[in-house]
Amino acid sequence: MARNENSVFYGVDRVTLIVYVLLVIMGWLNIYAAVYNEEHQNIFDTTQKYGKQLIWIGGAAVIAFSILLIDANFYTAFAYGFYGFFLLLNILVLFLGKEIKGSHSWFKFGSAGLQPAEFMKFATGLALAKFLSNQNIIVNQQFRLRLKDLIKNYKNTVFALLFIVVPLVLIIKLQNETGLAIVFIAYIIVLYREGLSVGFLIFGLLTAILFVMALVVTSISGLLITLAVIAASAFLFIKRSRKNLIIVTLVLIAASGVVLTTNYVYNHLEDHQKVRIDVLLGRGTVDLKKEGYNVNQAKIAIGSGGFLGKGYLQGTQTKYDFVPEQDTDFIFCTVGEEWGFAGSTVVIFLELFLILRVIFLAERQRSDFSRIYGYGVASVLFFHLAVNIGMTIGLMPVIGIPLPFFSYGGSSLWSFTILLFIFIKLDSNRLLILR
Amino acid sequence: MSTNPQLANRKLIIGGFFCLIVVIYLCRLFYIQVIDPQYKLDAEKNAFRYMTEYPVRGYIYDRKGKLLVFNAPSYDLMVIPRETKGCDTIGVCEVLQITKQEYLKRMKRACQAPNSPRKESIFEKQMSAQTYAALQEKLYRFKGFFVQKRTVRKYPKPIAAHLLGYVGEIGKEQAEKDPYYKEGDYIGITGLERSYEDMLRGKKGTQIAITDVHNKIIGRYMEGKYDTLAIAGKPLYCTIDRDLQEYGEKLMQGKKGAIVAIEPSTGEILCLVSGPSYDPNLLVGGKERSKNFTKLYYDSLNRPLFNRALTAMYPPGSIFKLIDALIAQNDGLINRNTTFPCQMGYPPMGGKPKCHAHGGGKNLTGSIAASCNSYYSYVFREIVDQRKYPKFIDGYNHWRETVKTFGPGTRLGTDLPYDKPGNVPSVEYYNKVFGKNGWRSNTIVSLGIGQAELTLVPLQMANVVATIANRGYYLTPHSIKGVGIERKLDARFKAKHYVAVQDQTAYLNVIDGMQGALEPGGTAFTNRLKGIVVCGKTGTAQNPHGDDHAVFLAFAPRENPKIAIACIVENAGFGNTWSAPIVTLMIEKYLNGKTERPEVEKRMLEGDLITKNNKKDALKIKHH
Repeated sequence: MARNENSVFYGVDRVTLIVYVLLVIMGWLNIYAAVYNEEHQNIFDTTQKYGKQLIWIGGAAVIAFSILLIDANFYTAFAYGFYGFFLLLNILVLFLGKEIKGSHSWFKFGSAGLQPAEFMKFATGLALAKFLSNQNIIVNQQFRLRLKDLIKNYKNTVFALLFIVVPLVLIIKLQNETGLAIVFIAYIIVLYREGLSVGFLIFGLLTAILFVMALVVTSISGLLITLAVIAASAFLFIKRSRKNLIIVTLVLIAASGVVLTTNYVYNHLEDHQKVRIDVLLGRGTVDLKKEGYNVNQAKIAIGSGGFLGKGYLQGTQTKYDFVPEQDTDFIFCTVGEEWGFAGSTVVIFLELFLILRVIFLAERQRSDFSRIYGYGVASVLFFHLAVNIGMTIGLMPVIGIPLPFFSYGGSSLWSFTILLFIFIKLDSNRLLILR
Repeated sequence: MSTNPQLANRKLIIGGFFCLIVVIYLCRLFYIQVIDPQYKLDAEKNAFRYMTEYPVRGYIYDRKGKLLVFNAPSYDLMVIPRETKGCDTIGVCEVLQITKQEYLKRMKRACQAPNSPRKESIFEKQMSAQTYAALQEKLYRFKGFFVQKRTVRKYPKPIAAHLLGYVGEIGKEQAEKDPYYKEGDYIGITGLERSYEDMLRGKKGTQIAITDVHNKIIGRYMEGKYDTLAIAGKPLYCTIDRDLQEYGEKLMQGKKGAIVAIEPSTGEILCLVSGPSYDPNLLVGGKERSKNFTKLYYDSLNRPLFNRALTAMYPPGSIFKLIDALIAQNDGLINRNTTFPCQMGYPPMGGKPKCHAHGGGKNLTGSIAASCNSYYSYVFREIVDQRKYPKFIDGYNHWRETVKTFGPGTRLGTDLPYDKPGNVPSVEYYNKVFGKNGWRSNTIVSLGIGQAELTLVPLQMANVVATIANRGYYLTPHSIKGVGIERKLDARFKAKHYVAVQDQTAYLNVIDGMQGALEPGGTAFTNRLKGIVVCGKTGTAQNPHGDDHAVFLAFAPRENPKIAIACIVENAGFGNTWSAPIVTLMIEKYLNGKTERPEVEKRMLEGDLITKNNKKDALKIKHH
């Protein structure tokens, strides 16, 4: 950006920066529209959410600037430090934090609040990058089944997974913040990029599919047929060696296990989570006035936008509170209603463009650390994008996670800003140092 | 690791996967935003509340501008079930004086289709003024309840119930058919309210309000650009004379039957009385209305809801002789001096039909004044068997068609709903009864004196006498002078209908005979009026239901007639005993504004034939 090597902006990818700024401004304008109210028309009114968001944006700018100001080596050197620090905060919040709606994830400072879990995202990205970029560590690439090999070869994989699973479990189980926790799954994509066996992914995917099938197909015979089809196709497509036979048998046993435990798992979910799964899968009768309300209203708001939308501030569905959480998790409804299909496409493309840009930048890194971290950034952003928009259009269960840079809220905006700008900083240094 | 060629294409897989998901999302977005219209409709339902503003129904005035129907405010208690959280339920029950079970029942009904917990529906219909007053104070505690103002009909005088008809809630099927109405709306069900519904109802207004998720009204949609104001219904100017109608109803008290009066020159109905009647105020209001309606509906003895003036088909009796006399003269078969013998009956058939002692064979005018049965048996057979028609069936058809031009046998096409056509039996009918060739003119001779299967509704009787008063034509009887300030009237009520008899001498002779009926020797001599020349005809209609019906029709004055009137009193005996007094009193009242025969009036007002006849019936049953 700046030619002067001493400038803060030296080497900063201006494309990423512009898209970031665009998204933040668009988000702010849409928050204004979502909570628009004729008595408070001033967009700078800090008693209103749009006014507050402006303060958060100012804060984000300061944070971004600070990140760029700090030496890039700081992030690599203290990667584990960040991880440990924020993990500690996440544990402390259980005791020192305030309980809000059954969630133990908030530190309260007066009227402002902070969720340490939000910052766990970038800390995990850093730690994972540090761990995986260690020259001696290889994520195993093969899917072997001998126990000896398993322990030997998958030790590192298991370690890497632990970086992800620990905060996930901590946040989901103890803090009771499913939305924040589930995001850590995105880091699996990073592991995949760094060599995680496809077998793992297929196994995971298969488990998910079977889980859904077991919930949707209620008859036992239907499930047996599904299992039979899997077995048959395995026999058809895999060479019939003794080893493969064992694999298929094990897979089938595992699959049966999933199917049989599905109801157990489902029954041990929280009620609202059950309902969200039911709504998504269309199980049973969904009352659009109760459990199905959010998704239905979100769809109505977006669907009523048409191709070009109703125009800025003209949305009736979001403005009059038909859509819940219209300024935070369901901010995309305002976009859909007021800007229509055209506007929605622009927003999604901008988000996607940012993510692809990050991948592009990550791939040009000479340092493994930077690349891995970059993929972490892209994966986390994409996970948010996919789940957030997916739930508003009824393709994902309702999980309360924000749309990156768009949704109202200081914690999420700051956390995304830190996440992205650390990478921008690493990228700006790519020519200087080989890490 | 980055050098591992196996992993190099994973960046493409990841990027591709990201793009794939986005493409799927965009397809889905395109579907719900551009293709599927359902969400737009849902959104409209979500955010707008269409509030109906009910127009004021048009007032109805009589011919002199006196008020017949006006409106009184009425209050419906509405509820939006979803908003009743924290409502003082017990308070609501106390004010409306309902049980908790009833409250829950109504609330359930308000939640079920076609109602919805998010939309308002009626909780209590047409509250009394006291209830409304009591409610008003506490309404702030009754969350989710509000009052919708409407109007109900009120009648300053308890008269003309059958003519005016009543307004009631629209039927479900009808509401579905007509987009103007929605369930719970009011519509004219009978009478003028039904006939002129389109004009009386006005036009509903709609206000589109924007509501939030709590169904709370936030403002008006587009500053009210698409709102419509309610347009008040048009006033109706009736042809009825309120005083005459009221007087007629008083005279008909305690009697079954009808009085219909028409202004001959215009066809305007001056009164339309059907007895027994009821107070139209009974069929107004919520709970009371249905209670009263049920009571009236199941009164099988009196059948007060039955509009006899339009729908009761009576044998006309002797009054029909007027038409026979006109046809025979028009066909050149008789003249003023024609006489026929009478021997207390019709001689060729052994004295049947019977007649009464009126002193020998009469000429034409005398036969009308004295109402000779024999004379008209002759006349009827002269018409049917006349030489012009070699086959008597053609002669009969000639008679029948001529009669029908006077109105009987077809619906007159008045503006009041549900009038009946009466009956002039057809050749086919008699062929069926007696067999082909199994009947002759003598078989059906009693038609000539207005008996047998011949029936007319009272309105048709009045129309016949109006035709005679006009000497050959009538205007379709109608009950309104016009709608709205411009007094618009359908052109069909301004057209003259000429009947098949146009011989003016024939009319003159018949009218002379009618005048004779109220002169010495005439059947209605006792009911003559001082200073008014009344031309009338008595009738005593035999019927299978008991004592003869008393019929009388008349017009007055003889020159330039102002009123043509028919009256039938069921099971009252001779026409002159009950019907003629009523008719002549009505004429007096209408032409002079007062009556000068207090003793006649007293007898009519106090005569309670219904109780008398009921007692008689009860005795008969005992004997059997």
